[in-house]
Amino acid sequence: MRRFLLTRLAQAALQLFAVGSIVFLLVRLIPGDPARAALGEGATEEQVAQTRETMHLDDSFVSQYFGFWGRLFQGDLGTSLISSRPVMQDLPDRLGNSLELVLVSLLIAVTLGVLLGRVAATRADKPADHALVAGSIFGISLPVFVIGTLLLMVFAFLVPVLPPQRFTTPWEDPVTHLQILVLPVVTLTAASCAVITRMTRSAMLETLSADHVRTARSKGLAEQRVIRDHALRTALLPVASATTVELTTLIGSTVLVETIFGWPGMSSLLMSAVGQRDYPVIQAVVLAVAAIVILVNLVGDLVVRALDPRAEEA
Amino acid sequence: MSTAAEAAGEKAAAAGPVLTVERLSVDFRVAGEWTPAVRDVSFTVGRGEVVALVGESGSGKSVSSMSVLGLVAGSARHRGSIRFHDTELLGLGHEALRSIRGKRIAMIFQEPMTALNPVYTVGRQIAEAIRCHEQVSRAGARARAIELLTKVGIPEPERRVDSYPHQLSGGQRQRAMIAMAISGNPEVIIADEPTTALDVTVQAEILDLLRGLQQDLGSAVLIITHDMGVVADLADRVVVMKQGEVVEEAPVGRLFAAPRHEYTRRLLAAVPKPPPPPATPPLPGEAAPVPAAESQAEADAAAEKRAALRVRDLEVEYPGRLGRKGFKAVHGVSLTIGKGEVLGLVGESGSGKSTIGRAVVGLARATGGSVEVCGTDVTGLSGRRLRAFRPTYSMVFQDPGASLNPRWSIGASIAAPLLVNRAADRTAAHARVAELLEQVELPARWASRFPHELSGGQRQRVGIARALALEPELLIADEPTSALDVSVQATVLRLFRELQDRMGFACLFISHDLGVVELLAHEVAVLRNGRLVEHGPAREVLARPRTDYTRRLVAAAPVPDPVQQAERRRLWREMAAA
Repeated sequence: MRRFLLTRLAQAALQLFAVGSIVFLLVRLIPGDPARAALGEGATEEQVAQTRETMHLDDSFVSQYFGFWGRLFQGDLGTSLISSRPVMQDLPDRLGNSLELVLVSLLIAVTLGVLLGRVAATRADKPADHALVAGSIFGISLPVFVIGTLLLMVFAFLVPVLPPQRFTTPWEDPVTHLQILVLPVVTLTAASCAVITRMTRSAMLETLSADHVRTARSKGLAEQRVIRDHALRTALLPVASATTVELTTLIGSTVLVETIFGWPGMSSLLMSAVGQRDYPVIQAVVLAVAAIVILVNLVGDLVVRALDPRAEEA
Repeated sequence: MSTAAEAAGEKAAAAGPVLTVERLSVDFRVAGEWTPAVRDVSFTVGRGEVVALVGESGSGKSVSSMSVLGLVAGSARHRGSIRFHDTELLGLGHEALRSIRGKRIAMIFQEPMTALNPVYTVGRQIAEAIRCHEQVSRAGARARAIELLTKVGIPEPERRVDSYPHQLSGGQRQRAMIAMAISGNPEVIIADEPTTALDVTVQAEILDLLRGLQQDLGSAVLIITHDMGVVADLADRVVVMKQGEVVEEAPVGRLFAAPRHEYTRRLLAAVPKPPPPPATPPLPGEAAPVPAAESQAEADAAAEKRAALRVRDLEVEYPGRLGRKGFKAVHGVSLTIGKGEVLGLVGESGSGKSTIGRAVVGLARATGGSVEVCGTDVTGLSGRRLRAFRPTYSMVFQDPGASLNPRWSIGASIAAPLLVNRAADRTAAHARVAELLEQVELPARWASRFPHELSGGQRQRVGIARALALEPELLIADEPTSALDVSVQATVLRLFRELQDRMGFACLFISHDLGVVELLAHEVAVLRNGRLVEHGPAREVLARPRTDYTRRLVAAAPVPDPVQQAERRRLWREMAAA
């Protein structure tokens, strides 16, 4: 396990390094002078020169590159060209807001997906199963922005049970926060939950007819325990791997959902930064998202390994 | 026959049968119609008695035994009666059935790797069986699990109790399975092909264990098997099934001495007889591990030109994953097969016998040594040259169901090597397919049929026809009959022998079954852990093995004769003890 963890951590570090380098290069590959582009048409030569200095654009390429990593290691992600605020001041909050959406959605999607998948598998070819399979087709085939927009139209405007409100942090007003959390989370959950339901159903259909489940029955275990401790438990292995992949999709969908519901997460930060060519911010957001995806995959792999004792030796 | 047993049972109620199956029929719903799998099956199992239910695949023996505990999968319909003492098991409520499952009637399954849950330790799985019938603490159940593992002869039970199934060997896994089955001191143990997935020496150990436990616990055993040797070894009484019906029931001695039913006679005749038990161990001086190389060197030199296959110091190592040591499957093996000769390569699973076969055809890369087919070293050949050389040899695989493309007609499968190697155009290939099908005793007009329309034995004939399409000099047959029923195996082996006689190809015949090898092979090579243990003329090696390993291998194979088998078992025990 330790060896596995070490190799995976080393891999993660390498991936982050690669992403960082690519981001660094991308900013410099943009045609024209980033400083001038950032400041816009009407900037004076002095302003440009000053910006070039703050962006370290006059240093040699190599020293820029090492400077970039050096500052990054000190936790300095640069300063926004628009607001002149250090990126580190805004980023954590935005990141937190996005992660809240992702993690809450994931938790619900996994719990509900596994539960529904189990129901569908144990009632295979019965009405409950048919309903769940049909329902999951909607979740899988409808794009996030369609579901999001529909939900917004119905529950915010047609039947305004969850009207749009100003974003409030949970410590300011937990109730309002929960209210505004509902629609984005439901939108994000729909697709992931459908995928996990399907995965669990098919994996369990397989394990339900597995030899070891028959053995469990022959021991005299109660049917509920046979299903939970044996059929479902072994079905979780493929489900866990699929969930890791699903989580990456979920992070992608969050960008859309945040925009639809005006959720002040990473995506609105990124959108405005791209619109205003705020390179340090773009750079920081891309790096942060990449770090999360890498971390998520690492955790996913660890969970899969923890679930399957055979992975230890393989 | 069962009515006689019942009558006897009624007279002495105390000694009556523990398990009574009466006019049991099981139907499965296939495409909306009820298809019978078992018809009017009746038999009894007396207290402490070992009853064997034998038959070939599709005979309904497994379905009958699974019905006892209501474990038949899918949509099955049961009729008739299954009684445990006086309790009717068919239609019994879930809770009542649960109190019998595992506690009073326990099961042992065929393949312990899949029958045990891979994500739990064996200790946990045994403890679970104990705790679902008794109020025992976790620690108490664990202690009992260790006790049970000790009882079934697993070494270091305190450590093994925390092992996962994949960390145990096949034999140990089956022992753990047995430990679980006896955890509730059941009155009846149903063992469904308990040794089929195991090597012959491990099988002998497990059968020994089952017999010992059965005597200790006084449990009745219903053993389901297709292996007449196992029957002769363990059973008191035998029930023979064919196509869902009981055709004969008799005490084991009578069944083997005077089988009454035509089918039983055929079944017994089909079993390839393992070689007779090896004579007393040779004197110490005789026990040379490998035949003297020098005297053979001359003969070899003469045979050099005529050798169909010459393997010299072959080494095969499977590479390990990044930063890990690889696994060496074959250590310096040398073999020669003369033209037109059959060499039987025997050994237990993991001995490297299949790897050698794969290395010869180039499916596994030799990491050392050389493989010469008809004088050409194939290990160093480039892809294109190797392809040009491939028609010289071909391969017959173990599972004909998996090695024929299900979407191709069998004619297309047989013609493929001809067309791929441009040995024939379409019309010529067509004619050749017809010819080949007739050679393997299948009607030529079957060329347009698909594999699923054929039985297992017929499919393997197609596999042989395909291998022979290019008239190879050398055939590599990797366990070609081990997936087949005995009676089917017998006909395929006869066909194989006739073809070999007629066409004169050389053959590397890989098998774990000494009886099959003795029937076919001129020479035998015995492998153990990737090393050649013994090599020589078949009769000599099997009748007078030089090494303990081969001797144990020969003695472990059960013979379908209760009297001989008892003697064999005694001999095997002595060897195992030594």
